[in-house]
Amino acid sequence: MYTARSALRRAASAATVALLATAVGCAPQPSKTASGKASASGNQSCAKGELGTQTSDRLTIATDEPAYEPWFKDDKPANGKGFESAVAYAVAKQLGYAKGDVVWQSIPFNKAFAPGEKTFDFDINQVSISAERKKAVDFSSGYYDVRQAVIALKGSKAAKATSIADLKGLKLGAQVGTTSLDYISDVVKPTQEAAAYAKNDQAKAALKNGQVDAIVTDLPTAFYITAAEVTNARIVGQFENQGGTPEQFGLVLDKGSALTSCVTGAVDALRKDGTLAKIEKQWLSDAVDAPVLK
Amino acid sequence: MTVTKEESGQEGADDKGDMPGADDGYVPSPRRLERERYKTARARRATTIAALSTLVTGAVLYFVVVSAPGWQVTKETFFSGQYAREAFPKVLEGLWLNVRLLLVCGAAVIVLGMLIAIARTLRGPVFFPLRVLAAAYTDFFRGLPLIINLIIVVLGVPALRLQGVTVDPVLLGGTALTLTYSAYVAEVFRAGIESVHPSQRAAARSLGLSNRQALRYVVLPQAVRHQVPPLLNDLVSLQKDTGLVSIGGAIDAVRAADIIEGRSLNFTPYIVAGLLFVALTIPMTRFTDWVTARMDRRRAQGGTI
Repeated sequence: MYTARSALRRAASAATVALLATAVGCAPQPSKTASGKASASGNQSCAKGELGTQTSDRLTIATDEPAYEPWFKDDKPANGKGFESAVAYAVAKQLGYAKGDVVWQSIPFNKAFAPGEKTFDFDINQVSISAERKKAVDFSSGYYDVRQAVIALKGSKAAKATSIADLKGLKLGAQVGTTSLDYISDVVKPTQEAAAYAKNDQAKAALKNGQVDAIVTDLPTAFYITAAEVTNARIVGQFENQGGTPEQFGLVLDKGSALTSCVTGAVDALRKDGTLAKIEKQWLSDAVDAPVLK
Repeated sequence: MTVTKEESGQEGADDKGDMPGADDGYVPSPRRLERERYKTARARRATTIAALSTLVTGAVLYFVVVSAPGWQVTKETFFSGQYAREAFPKVLEGLWLNVRLLLVCGAAVIVLGMLIAIARTLRGPVFFPLRVLAAAYTDFFRGLPLIINLIIVVLGVPALRLQGVTVDPVLLGGTALTLTYSAYVAEVFRAGIESVHPSQRAAARSLGLSNRQALRYVVLPQAVRHQVPPLLNDLVSLQKDTGLVSIGGAIDAVRAADIIEGRSLNFTPYIVAGLLFVALTIPMTRFTDWVTARMDRRRAQGGTI
């Protein structure tokens, strides 16, 4: 009895050690080495066949689901409609991928930034570029200069605000993880703690319910909300850029991705030849201007 | 384990000859000494093996994690000291909201849960509607996902624009939590009440206690005692679910971590929040153990009943 049990135990412990040892052995090797990044800045070819995409001859682009207007249309990124869908296809075309070669993936906002193997080549999801975020992921150059805007219900006290000082005493809200929320905490510095919502949908509901006096979103989203979703709300105004540099949306790539320089090159080329401006005019023409809050 | 320790202690005492019984001139038999020596040896061997096995497992796990190809990146993203320091005060401030919600909702849940459980177990045809209502309540709120309950209460109720009804997401969220959790706790209490043997009630009634007195002095004390561990299980679960009120924009510990993570794309604030939650749960679990142990002790002495 004793020997049998002891043997069993020994076998079990041996098995545990063996299992753990195999786990070490099987651990995947880093697929993207630092050399990828180094060569990216040099003379790496951006030709279609030579890009190290996730699936060769295919370009995998990720965005969140649902995809909101005016950035996408009808929650279908693959239809080419909406500003970001159009930009994604333009970048793909610039890199030599036809419309049929683009594969869309739905990746939650947060998961796009988590470390670990990425399943997409780049993510397009209204992500503002910042030096701090660049420590976690790679960004392409900016494809859209964005402004943040304040929305309030028509006729409310908040709707009459003409300056940042007028917003200070109000209950403000924004989506968490956005620069909109940063504008509230860094620029407005309200006396009441700002409400932070998981999604803009909840912020809109809270605005309609009167749970917040005003919400902050980017300007195109603000135009879409006031035009189509909360029609009894209006744009109070937009913020000036912080520190003089415009806030830009960039494509998100894996940290150290070999594609970064090629994608940046593609975005720069699209900006230069006027394609970005054309797409912006087509899809974001409503978002013309709003009074600036000082 | 404790038994082995005590026995090895005894053996040690034997060697010095200052056992309490030594004055009696009691000399342990060689067979007993032999047996105790053997037991000590076995205990030592077991401890050594356990220690070695723990050490090996720990070391292997450590090397698996540290030698993983992504460890450097994972370390910077999840265990950054800089972000931990930045997040700690803000997450702690958020945690205070969780704690307040836990205290208020926990008390409300226990009272409401007990009332519903009693309503469900009342006898007599006159209480039929009450029983049906209580059963319908538990069925509905146990089945309704908490997150949907929260969305309805936190975002739906204010949409009615009723006069005098709060729009504060924390108060509304607390109400939703209480609705759901009191249904769970009512079932815990009901299970406790039904686990008390019918003979207890019969005995109480035969002693001249009224139905009400039998419930109050005989059934409920036993029912509650049986249900303390599952009850605290529900409270610990409630403690973590208090964070869901952030759906209405309130900033709890997890949402405070969200805010920093959203700006920096660094996940360390979540680790800070997670550890704080664990730190909050451990005293609660120890408290449960203590309460249960105390109840057991009292019963062993033929205590309060």
